[in-house]
Amino acid sequence: MNTVHAFNAFSALSSREIGKFLRQKGRLFSALVRPALWLLVFAAGFQNVFGVAVIPPYESYIEYEVYITPGLLCMVILFNGMQSSLTMVYDREVGVMRLLLTAPLPRWYILFCKLMAGTLLSLLQVYAFLVICWLFDVDLPVYGLLSALPAFIISALMLGALGLLLSVSVKQLENFAGMMNFVIFPMFFMSPALYPLWKLEEAGAELVYQIAQFNPFTHAVELVRFALYGQLNSESLFVVAGFFVVFFILAVRGYDPQRGSMSQKGRKGG
Amino acid sequence: MNTPFALELVDVSKSYGRLKALNKVSLDIKPAQFVGLLGQNGAGKSTLFQLLTGLFNSDEGQLRVCGHDISRDPIKALSSLGVVFQQSTLDLDLTVGGNLKFHCLLHGLSRKQADLRIDSELERFSMQEIRNTVVRNLSGGNRRKVELIRALLHEPKVLLMDEATVGLDPESRKSLVNHVLTLCKEREIAVLWSTHIIEEVQAADSVIVLDKGTILAESSPEQLQMESEKPSLTLADAFSQLIDKNKNIGVVYE
Repeated sequence: MNTVHAFNAFSALSSREIGKFLRQKGRLFSALVRPALWLLVFAAGFQNVFGVAVIPPYESYIEYEVYITPGLLCMVILFNGMQSSLTMVYDREVGVMRLLLTAPLPRWYILFCKLMAGTLLSLLQVYAFLVICWLFDVDLPVYGLLSALPAFIISALMLGALGLLLSVSVKQLENFAGMMNFVIFPMFFMSPALYPLWKLEEAGAELVYQIAQFNPFTHAVELVRFALYGQLNSESLFVVAGFFVVFFILAVRGYDPQRGSMSQKGRKGG
Repeated sequence: MNTPFALELVDVSKSYGRLKALNKVSLDIKPAQFVGLLGQNGAGKSTLFQLLTGLFNSDEGQLRVCGHDISRDPIKALSSLGVVFQQSTLDLDLTVGGNLKFHCLLHGLSRKQADLRIDSELERFSMQEIRNTVVRNLSGGNRRKVELIRALLHEPKVLLMDEATVGLDPESRKSLVNHVLTLCKEREIAVLWSTHIIEEVQAADSVIVLDKGTILAESSPEQLQMESEKPSLTLADAFSQLIDKNKNIGVVYE
């Protein structure tokens, strides 16, 4: 595979994903409605229930809607990561996956292109949601739009790679819906997206607190939260980057005809 | 290419659990040779195609496309292969042109090269007018033709047709077979045509009969008929006779 071939393949795979996203007109809308409801309804209702102490990166008291915005941005990325891998399951069901896997390209590269296309779509939705935040006067620093870009990218890669990994073992779209419930909601609720983790510890939920510490989504939220204020949370960066590498390697291994679980699942037919 | 064979299989075996789907299968195909692969459902044809396309690896044996081993050098092997799968692999939401261009780019062609080849192949099949039609709106016969056109765009040396006529009416089936026969001779493409419909391989250079993962016979259609117990039998009868003879032999388990 030379550079031109690699570029052409990337362009084909990413433009197909983006084209599909643009044709599904309701997808952007539903991707934005979900976090917008949390922001406008949940945050308004719980403004006075969840008092948030001054914790880094914040230097003074902040409104609850400001606190939950990084978590909601990561929620957008998480949902898109899972949705992108849903397209892998869909491609397998309609047969397009066969075409992809028999293209003269390394499998890791095909998966990487899929991942990058998903990351582009995540960024598009994240910035669209930031516009909503701005329209509803959520107090975020303007420079944060740029300083958080690398954090959005690495988080999108990590969560997209998780989706790819899940798509290895999910054979039908119906099963995937169940998997989303078992992955998305636990990841989201056992993270500092809606409340700081020390609140869990304070409430005596020690086990949930410990699980949340190991939750990669926790670190994606913290990475984005700090990056929005131009600060680097190096521990979170290390964890998110580490999980990205591990998830991606396992996904590539899963799609390897020699070693992965795919190798045991041939279609018996004619 | 240092080998006279476009496609070469040596003692290839594949098992699913304890069931042996392919048992030491060997075959070779030269350029411009049209080989029919006959077998009933469950004979191992699809498994063979999955191994040939690198979707899965064989447990034993070697598979080479234009001299390139599919498990050791899959990229070179796959770039010489054109495949029409039994199940449609077209993106139903894209236009015909969109599907064809997607394939070209995956095979490393530039957008300009892709456009030229797409135009020329569509013209050859007299299908220029459907270039901008969304695939979902095409008939089954036209979808198959589009898949054949797509398989030819990167100028493969070997064309694999995995029960490509499934769901087609007899006229479309005949037309597809004739197209591929012509292409095989004109462009010197080696063709492996898998089917359980005997008439489709009547004009083949050679026919391979696969049953329970084992090759029962390999010869020209005429020779296959001659070698049967009654030389007056049709190819279909000769095939049935071979399968019947093999009936008492059970499925192979490891």
